Amino acid sequence: MTDTVLSVRDLRVEFHTRRGVLKAIDGVSFDIAKGEVLGVVGESGAGKSVTGSAVIGLIDPPGRIAGGEILLSGQRIDNLPPEQMRKVRGKRIGMIFQDPLTSLNPLYRISEQLIETITTHTDLSPSQARTRAIELLAEVGIPAPDRRIDSYPHEFSGGMRQRVVIALALCAEPELIIADEPTTALDVSVQAQIITLLKRLGREHGTAIMLVTHDMGVIAETADRVAVMYAGRVAEIGPVHDVVRNPLHPYAEGLMGAIPTLAGEEARLVQIPGSMPRLTRIPPGCAFNPRCGYRFGRCTVDRPDPLPWRGHKVACHLYDPASGPHFLGEGRTLAAAEKHEEATA
Amino acid sequence: MIAYILRSLAQGVLVLLVVAFIAFSMFRFVGDPVANMVGQEASLQDRQELRERLGLERPFPMQFVIFIGNAVQGDFGISYRQARPVSDLMRERLPATLELAMLSALFATVAGVGLGVYAAIRRDGFLANTVMTVSLVGVSLPTFLIGIGLIYIFAVELRWLPSFGRGQTVAIGWWTTGLLTESGLKSLVLPVLTLGFFQLTLIMRLVRSEMLEVMRADFIRFARARGIPERTIEFRHALRNTLIPVVTIAGLQLGSIIAFAIVTETVFQWPGLGSLFVQAVQFADVPVMAAYLVFVATVFVIMNLLVDITYVVLDPRLRGGRTLAK
Ligand SMILES: Nc1ncnc2c1ncn2[C@@H]1O[C@H](COP(=O)(O)OP(=O)(O)O)[C@@H](O)[C@H]1O
Ligand code: SF4
Ligand SMILES: [Mg+2]
Repeated sequence: MTDTVLSVRDLRVEFHTRRGVLKAIDGVSFDIAKGEVLGVVGESGAGKSVTGSAVIGLIDPPGRIAGGEILLSGQRIDNLPPEQMRKVRGKRIGMIFQDPLTSLNPLYRISEQLIETITTHTDLSPSQARTRAIELLAEVGIPAPDRRIDSYPHEFSGGMRQRVVIALALCAEPELIIADEPTTALDVSVQAQIITLLKRLGREHGTAIMLVTHDMGVIAETADRVAVMYAGRVAEIGPVHDVVRNPLHPYAEGLMGAIPTLAGEEARLVQIPGSMPRLTRIPPGCAFNPRCGYRFGRCTVDRPDPLPWRGHKVACHLYDPASGPHFLGEGRTLAAAEKHEEATA
Repeated sequence: MIAYILRSLAQGVLVLLVVAFIAFSMFRFVGDPVANMVGQEASLQDRQELRERLGLERPFPMQFVIFIGNAVQGDFGISYRQARPVSDLMRERLPATLELAMLSALFATVAGVGLGVYAAIRRDGFLANTVMTVSLVGVSLPTFLIGIGLIYIFAVELRWLPSFGRGQTVAIGWWTTGLLTESGLKSLVLPVLTLGFFQLTLIMRLVRSEMLEVMRADFIRFARARGIPERTIEFRHALRNTLIPVVTIAGLQLGSIIAFAIVTETVFQWPGLGSLFVQAVQFADVPVMAAYLVFVATVFVIMNLLVDITYVVLDPRLRGGRTLAK
């Protein structure tokens, strides 16, 4: 694959706290190709944001990358010296955070913040940078950008501010954009607009996008592939329509069950019993085992590796032929296995 | 914005009126001015004449209105003790106090902000920690002890600097300055350090904690994610946001330098308004005390106004603006 923009290999991130070592990310691998949108889902604390921070090299202390590698267009970036990594940020990787209200410095005009970013990463003069900034604002859909550019952040609404944030992330035409819950803080009415905008920009510029969100609806509409994270690991990763319609991993199945279906049907909100373990006390074997209805012998002993399974990768012993009688053979899904269980019980 | 400044101005005038009232009330309740001014053997008639000349026979509210009217013109009457116009006394003493206070404020602000920023950026550095520890001493030691300590080291032991007075001064019109002679400048060093030290440590600790707070803000994280160099983030993005809350407290603190000057002026026998006030208290010289009170209040009100104006300059959100529809 020559068009792989981001490649994360067996990433591990640890926080050394007073109460011990917290393994926030423990062996995460995924790729994002040019122009592709990878959706990242999972409940709060699963490690989605830390993964994004690791990629852009901004893990808060006391966290650090404890293993694995991160490659951007084939070049390793996880071990770059700080000054070189800074030049990657904003230039080759753009980041969009959750809350547009607090992402912009309240004391500077957005023109100043845009020009600052552009001149940091390009050779443009301030006046050329200003022209470029106006183009960017037009591109993200700010009306009358040549006038609005000299406004302060507080003079924009939330949705407009998120557009400005996106323009800032796009300043240097990055290869990769990491959007960490970019619509969570916004009005429902503008969420769709922002997502559509992101998707369009990604397509037009061939940018790879890592889209972190709680919103399975957004994932279903926007992402090409989706990674389901649980307790710092990737439980399942695969093409979005397969994962959403036909999740394989028991946790993914529970998560997809939690999407209210659109067509006005009875919302089937399946709650997964229990909660994610504390990251300092992840159970041995499969991290999901205390909550899993399919748990069997080896689940509490061996840690499941992500194995390829019909275009997905699934970290679950049910999909490992070595699991013997529990192996879900070709053609059987979890739901089928459940019916089988019921029938035989 | 104009309304904001006007409101602040109105508040200031109100504060001044209240302080003026308190100052004025002292005339009634502190001692008998006439007894202080005339000798034991003055006749009853002499005393009565003097009371009338001082305006002490008029009704109370009337006296207050006259007091305010005179005060606005800078007339605070005649010193009971020195029998000279209070305004003359104040004017003689004002340059000494203002030079001392301004230099102390400058020293406290520049060094306080500088060290605070340094301590925040090098949060766990050895030097930063040392500075923080020393600043704890500054916050907890009384000013007069610091002054006496400095005198002991630099005047008594090392004999580098004078321990009292203003040294030689040069007159420029009615103003006298110690800034133009070597002995004048030398004389300023210890009092300025003494008076500024407490404010310095306070401003420094404030700047440090505010800056650390700001450095955790989302927009700092976003600036890092945009690849902005760390220096620019610290001095462009963080510092200005830090200064907004610092300006209020530091501004009022600098106002109180004038009030704190009383102690420093006493320790260093500084011929300023503070020592004039201390003498006035000893002799119940009410007009001087009243004038001094009004003066200190005026300084506070002006500082407050400057703080409010600085706010508007620093924070565009206070300048008002439109919000783009969604
Ligand atoms: N600054 C930090 N200090 C200690 N632990 C942290 C820190 N940031 C994140 N973590 C740990 O990493 C885990 C994953 O966090 P995060 O990636 O933010 O989750 P989410 O999937 O909700 O974005 C959290 O459960 C938390 O325990
Ligand atoms: S490995 Fe076992 S416990 Fe983990 S999800 Fe699969 S069946 Fe459940
Ligand atoms: Mg998160």
